[in-house]
Amino acid sequence: MPTEIHRDEVQRLMADGALLVDVLPAEEYESEHLAGATSIPLKELDGERAAGLDRNRPIIVYCWDYQ
Amino acid sequence: MSPRAASRLESLGFTRVYDYVAGEADWLANGLPSEGRDASRIRAGGAVRRDVPTCRLAERIGDVRARVQAVGWDNCIVVNDEQVVLGRVRGDAWDHPDDTPVEQVMEAGPTTIRPDTALAEIAERMRKQGVGAILVTTTGGRLIGVLKRSEAEQHQDQAS
Repeated sequence: MPTEIHRDEVQRLMADGALLVDVLPAEEYESEHLAGATSIPLKELDGERAAGLDRNRPIIVYCWDYQ
Repeated sequence: MSPRAASRLESLGFTRVYDYVAGEADWLANGLPSEGRDASRIRAGGAVRRDVPTCRLAERIGDVRARVQAVGWDNCIVVNDEQVVLGRVRGDAWDHPDDTPVEQVMEAGPTTIRPDTALAEIAERMRKQGVGAILVTTTGGRLIGVLKRSEAEQHQDQAS
């Protein structure tokens, strides 16, 4: 079960080397995204796209808000 | 979307997955850094002045006046130890005797906006209401800075 976190924990995890993944559509990512985030739109999230993520690092996913 | 993405990553074998459920809206509303084509440029947070002077409730108006004048400002934001906005000192408030506590002369509960407020929208609202500046705070009421109408309009002109 994924752990739900708040922004303070996001910042703490990122300081410790976590990967930040924006799962919104690419055009929204291009417009604006959290500093340091990489884009993997939810529709494209499969084994191939995920293979580029370092499994040894915590991964934080986000979208716009409580969707 | 993010809960589904988090679950999908777990199904792909990732074991250290976190879901920032409040998301980008929460991040931007708290003035945290963003990137991208439209980052900051179109939002109040991109035009805010973070160097506005602050003071505490118990300070004396004479001390605060001297400090504020020394840095070229004409108003001061009253905050607590957590930088939560309690009031503002400006205008006639400065005319009180030097030993008057800030708490007695401040404007309590000034209007505030969030940093993710669209710049065009807030500049128009400030124009219509004749407002020269407005406070920008986080969702928790912590001070980020002051948005001056003149600078908001300048940012808009540069963006267009």
